[in-house]
Amino acid sequence: MFGTREMEINMGPQHPATHGVLRLKLKLDGERVLETRPVIGYLHRGCEKLGEDRTYPQAVVYTDRMDYCAAYAENLVYIEAVERLLGVEVPPRAQYMRVILAELQRIASHLIWLGTHAMDIGALTVFVYGMREREQILDLFESYCGARLTYNALRIGGMPEDFPEGWIDEARRFLDLFPARIEEYNRLLTANRIWLGRTRDVGTIDGPKALDWGMTGPCLRGSGIAYDVRKAIPYEAYADLDFDVPVGDRGDTYDRYLCRMEEMRQSRRIVLQALERLPAGEVRGKVPRRIKPPKGEVYHVNEGPRGELGVYLVSDGSENAYRCRFRSPNFVNLQALPDMIRGHLIADIVAVIGTLDIVLGCVDR
Amino acid sequence: MNPTLLQFVLIPAVKIAVVISIILFVVVYLVLLERKVNAWMQSRLGPMRVGWHGVLQTIADVIKLFIKEDITPTHVDRLAFFLAPVILLLPALAAFAVIPLSGQPFRVAGVTVTPWISDVNVGLLFLLAIGSLGVYGIVMAGWASNSKYSMLGALRSAAQMVSYEVPLGLSVVSVLMLAGTASMVGIVRAQAAAGYWFAFWLPYPQIVGLFLYFVSGVAETNRLPFDLPEAENELVAGFHTEYSGMKFAFFFLAEYINMILVGCIVAVLFLGGWLPVTLGIPGLREPLSNFLPLLGDVGATLTGFFWLSAKVLVVLFVYLWMRATFPRYRYDQLMRLGWKWLIPLGLAHVMLTGLVMLLSRG
Repeated sequence: MFGTREMEINMGPQHPATHGVLRLKLKLDGERVLETRPVIGYLHRGCEKLGEDRTYPQAVVYTDRMDYCAAYAENLVYIEAVERLLGVEVPPRAQYMRVILAELQRIASHLIWLGTHAMDIGALTVFVYGMREREQILDLFESYCGARLTYNALRIGGMPEDFPEGWIDEARRFLDLFPARIEEYNRLLTANRIWLGRTRDVGTIDGPKALDWGMTGPCLRGSGIAYDVRKAIPYEAYADLDFDVPVGDRGDTYDRYLCRMEEMRQSRRIVLQALERLPAGEVRGKVPRRIKPPKGEVYHVNEGPRGELGVYLVSDGSENAYRCRFRSPNFVNLQALPDMIRGHLIADIVAVIGTLDIVLGCVDR
Repeated sequence: MNPTLLQFVLIPAVKIAVVISIILFVVVYLVLLERKVNAWMQSRLGPMRVGWHGVLQTIADVIKLFIKEDITPTHVDRLAFFLAPVILLLPALAAFAVIPLSGQPFRVAGVTVTPWISDVNVGLLFLLAIGSLGVYGIVMAGWASNSKYSMLGALRSAAQMVSYEVPLGLSVVSVLMLAGTASMVGIVRAQAAAGYWFAFWLPYPQIVGLFLYFVSGVAETNRLPFDLPEAENELVAGFHTEYSGMKFAFFFLAEYINMILVGCIVAVLFLGGWLPVTLGIPGLREPLSNFLPLLGDVGATLTGFFWLSAKVLVVLFVYLWMRATFPRYRYDQLMRLGWKWLIPLGLAHVMLTGLVMLLSRG
């Protein structure tokens, strides 16, 4: 009659803290997590297969829908891969514009992470504050391309159009305001005892282990490994721009939090520099009307907000890719979840899911 | 009419009705206030559609809960499932029996009416006793729901409420020592006689006691940052996941009534109950004790009620403020805070108060 039993509990796919449709099968000893098995695939839409069925320009819209919190980064990596297949040169102004938009997207994406992560841990106000600033970035995107979430605001060989009149001033106004806003989040969280208690030494993963799992992005940098594609294999205009890559040392949730906060500041720095140096000229390079890359294959990577985004394209010389494959940082980072929360309490699960910053659309593709 | 009947049945019945309607009214507007205050802190507007600036929002919500289908899931223990919300709500309401809403009794039609339902000489003990009954409702709800999430929520809640009873009890001991009585009315009268609120007792202000009581009270009422039993992001509402309609409304009501209760107790024990805010300026006390001198005693009663409400409102505002500011504690951290910090602090506080009392009597 007396004695303890393990409890099996199902978290998700409909659960407010699993950031979409992640399902976790948990084995619990009281509140302690013994075993976790993530079940994914609830949002599988076959983006890779669609990328083979459609022509290259048509497939761009499917990349939008993978990581819907950072659609621009997904667009960018795909477009760049196609450009490499084609061997197209992108005009310098377009390169700078891409950097500006990609970094604004990174800030917006990190703001979603910050808000949801903080809300999962119970800090309701940070969520609303984060959304408030994200709104301004979405307004910037909207005034550039008309869309707020799924932009499709890139063309093979350049940009669809130049920044509209007044856009740069608008962006500057936001960037001037932003440090004060980051300071607000800082005041609410960084030195908060409860926040420290909830994130320090939670979901710790050391550098070598994170590398073994193939983790990338802030999750890897939080563990002290300064790997950033923007520095390692510079693309677009990143080689000309000056920025730091923040790293943590303990590899816990708090370090990853600090890393992402610093990344937002660095992104702002990059955008300011890029706006300063924005070269004049064309925004679209010379590209044939029908995109038919020569036979060959390409693997191209970018630094997305959540880690290394990769695209592998095989061309058979036709208008469609023969093979289209996306490397999703979310999928790779998620693998480490069971390892990171073993032995922690239930409440830490939501903290660790939050710190991994997964977007299920990108995990399932 | 038979005077005994009048005194012991009719007047108490009217007073109970009045107190309950005041409480329900306050709950309705506390919910609105919570949404508004949080919205303002979060640079939002809050409810704006129902009535002027959303003043009727909560009423619309209540109507919605009323006409909602009352679902009892098939897998629950029906009796316990039905009883749990009642068991939670009743003690919360019953506790108001000993809260003095004002200080000045008044005469209506030849009968003296006191502005409290009853003044028992063990009022504080009664509050502690009845306050700890509520946990049964939560445990029953979690158990009867027959759902793992609810069960976890209920167990968390039981552990939390039992742990925080101890610092809660310790924090009022020093007030008992200072007042020399456990009657709630007596405690305020002691503060009036002494000329200071216990929170600002001069050799040793009872701020620590106030802090302890308030923190434990927040934990008892399961509000942020101690809202683990219903942590919506982990347990999806915890013990009341399976409840809907009016049964859910009962849980909701009980939570807010308990918040008001904590506010009232803090005001009575530490902030001088119905006594006016004089900032220590002599001569202010008389005029501030009765805003409506033309009404005589009734005016004094209403003024006392005003001061109590103002103090309760301040305490409730801190509640809402905390909710908008803090993240949530984790279960083990909550227990550590309770047992390793608050209880030793409470013990030290009691001893220090005793020592200071001894020395100051000299």
